[in-house]
Amino acid sequence: MAYALCFLLFVIGLYCVVVKKNMVKIVIGIMVMEYAVNIFLIMIGYRAGGRAPIAAADDVLAGGGLSDLFVRSCVDPLPQALVLTAIVISLGSLALMISICIRTYERYGTFDITEIRRLKG
Amino acid sequence: MNGMTVIVKTISSWVKVLIIVFGVYIVLFGHLTPGGGFAGGVILASSYVLLMLAFGRRFVEDNLPLSLASKLDCLGAFLFMIIALLGFAYGGAFFANFLYRHYLPGDRFALISAGTIPLSNMAIGLKVGASLFLVILTLSVFRPSSDEPGGRGV
Amino acid sequence: MIVPLPAFIAVPLTAAFVLPVFGRRGRSAATLLANIVTISLLFMAVSSLNQSRSYEVGRWPIPLGINLVLDGLSGLCLATIAIVACGAMLFSASYMERYTAKCKFYSLFMLMVAGMNGVVLSGDLFNLFVFLEIASIASYALVGFGTGPEELEASFKYMVLGSIGSLFVLFGVALIYGNTGSLNMAYVSRAINESSFTPAVGFALSLFIAGFGLKAALVPFHAWLPDAHPSAPAPISAMLSGVLIKALGVYALARIVFNVFGISVPVAWVLVALAVLSMVAGAFLAIGQWDLKRLMAYSSISQLGYCVLGIGLGGLIIASGGSGRQMTWASLAILGGLFHLANHAVYKSLLFLTSGSIEMATGTRQMSRMGALAERMPLTRAACSIGSASIAGIPPFSGFWSKLVLVIAAVGAGYYWVAAIIVFVSLCTLIMYLKVHRYVFLGEPAGGQEKLDRVVEPRGSMAVAVLMLACLCVLMGLLLLPAVRAVVLDPAAEVLTSGLDYSRRLTGL
Repeated sequence: MAYALCFLLFVIGLYCVVVKKNMVKIVIGIMVMEYAVNIFLIMIGYRAGGRAPIAAADDVLAGGGLSDLFVRSCVDPLPQALVLTAIVISLGSLALMISICIRTYERYGTFDITEIRRLKG
Repeated sequence: MNGMTVIVKTISSWVKVLIIVFGVYIVLFGHLTPGGGFAGGVILASSYVLLMLAFGRRFVEDNLPLSLASKLDCLGAFLFMIIALLGFAYGGAFFANFLYRHYLPGDRFALISAGTIPLSNMAIGLKVGASLFLVILTLSVFRPSSDEPGGRGV
Repeated sequence: MIVPLPAFIAVPLTAAFVLPVFGRRGRSAATLLANIVTISLLFMAVSSLNQSRSYEVGRWPIPLGINLVLDGLSGLCLATIAIVACGAMLFSASYMERYTAKCKFYSLFMLMVAGMNGVVLSGDLFNLFVFLEIASIASYALVGFGTGPEELEASFKYMVLGSIGSLFVLFGVALIYGNTGSLNMAYVSRAINESSFTPAVGFALSLFIAGFGLKAALVPFHAWLPDAHPSAPAPISAMLSGVLIKALGVYALARIVFNVFGISVPVAWVLVALAVLSMVAGAFLAIGQWDLKRLMAYSSISQLGYCVLGIGLGGLIIASGGSGRQMTWASLAILGGLFHLANHAVYKSLLFLTSGSIEMATGTRQMSRMGALAERMPLTRAACSIGSASIAGIPPFSGFWSKLVLVIAAVGAGYYWVAAIIVFVSLCTLIMYLKVHRYVFLGEPAGGQEKLDRVVEPRGSMAVAVLMLACLCVLMGLLLLPAVRAVVLDPAAEVLTSGLDYSRRLTGL
């Protein structure tokens, strides 16, 4: 059920990119899609009633491994690492998009994409 | 940009120190608590954003020139590659955690442990802090009532 | 010489971090360093052909760690990327003098090359996504490098559509992880093919086809390409059209569909349908263009359809239960598709570099304002003729051989309508390049004789780059000789025809 809500958020972002005419709103739409995919990725690793995957001193066995109770009760840490990477990538992408929007405003004088149409054919 | 009132300037010059210390803590303890290079770097950059809002852009540019920030950026990335290459030379594979396996295992949950991971965190923190500083400072040049909108297309 | 696989990614990445330090006064030192890096990449790539190994990064065994995999298909793509990068870098030594931030250009170029090498070598799905994003973001910045109004508009369009494609890919990776519990391509392949094909996995496959198809500019997803490729500076157009859409699009599509999921009849039909649509639509839309680089961009869409057609046709034959004689037609079709991939990289980048020379000499991209350039620019005219003859499929240039292989495979397997479409689109390609020659090199000078007298032939490194790629156009036909083919093309085709053996070899089962 929660996965369907993530997908709904993704579709809302896609609708925003397709329909809106202001460049900044299109960028916001892409960011909403990005958040939807990140939330989906975290929710995949979730385990009901789990705890954070940060080991404390009493979760570690003397021989060097992790205790079985800890492994069976913590949520999956791999999707969290994936989401960290995806957030960094989307930060770089967002910085580039906003700077292109600013420069385009300096050249064309408007943010409206229906007026920024010199390339045709 | 002249910045804000005297009260804001005084308080923010104290708070900036706290933010930088907090950012360095997040970077250094990245292998023990949540955070690490990227989150710490963002916090370090945000201290400069606070300075820019309180004192004005010119003050921040004189404090940390853009060319120096660009060189710090490249230095951070270059350090990261050096750590990876050292893993290749001493550990047998690229990015191998050679310090943990052979030289300095360290105690569990101590600050000096987990091999090359704190070093990588520091390099990434430096790079991300410098990069975000450059991005925000460069984007703040935008003046809405600018002169001609004609571009110098090639 | 055994080259450690991370070197393909680490060398351009380190160069990308070191180059911005040079600044305006160290421009010649930066140019020298950048050219040394691309030439050494070329040597490393050529010495890694016909090898098959896996490198575990950090000495963590898979599936715990990330591995880099080199096999025939990766070797072919690495060599293609290195050749085109070398040519484009030599060309940009003099072409980019007109722009102000030349060192940042080199840095972004190296980031793009490192990203493409990473996509081609990656053995892990999320690592593929990360390198895909590195290469894509670098290319968004490079398309808008001139910061004129049209470049920025094209860069914004490219960026929005490219980000949507990458998000589709990330969504697919998330679904795959949720269903199989692993991100390593070999382990994912084993998990998918041992259990049944759940609807979630099918949805992930369609997301991958949409995302990578958008990066490869197949026809329903091609809207960004005709704006982005003409607006970029000429060496970047050569790189984008020559290798970026292939490494990020066609390679990733082939790897995911053949080696990870396993080819099946409906998926192969989807690939063939997209390819035929791209070929025909690209050719028709290109003939009516008056902008030189826009015409070449549309013809890129059409030629990319050939590559995907070869791969899709081979997959269709394999999935329809081919055995014995049918398998030879399948491997021939895949060989034709991959050979066309390498060929198109070389001659399309040659054509874009010559169009850069023409634009620099005449100051315009509209063919109606050029004319009679043949007498003032003989080298450019010769190179453009070689490139056009190759792309139109005239013997003995390279394009003819790859199209011949595709036609033979289509006829031999019984798909006569596919062979007819291939020949028809080749005729359309010939028409469009005859139009280019008629209006650019022959005919009357449109601006008058005085304007024509000011046109000057580009010299120096630009001429060297163009000559190098033109010679390769002529020599690439020799790749079909059995001795050379066994080193370059056969291992690549073998990787795709043997499909799921990729995972068996890596997981040791």
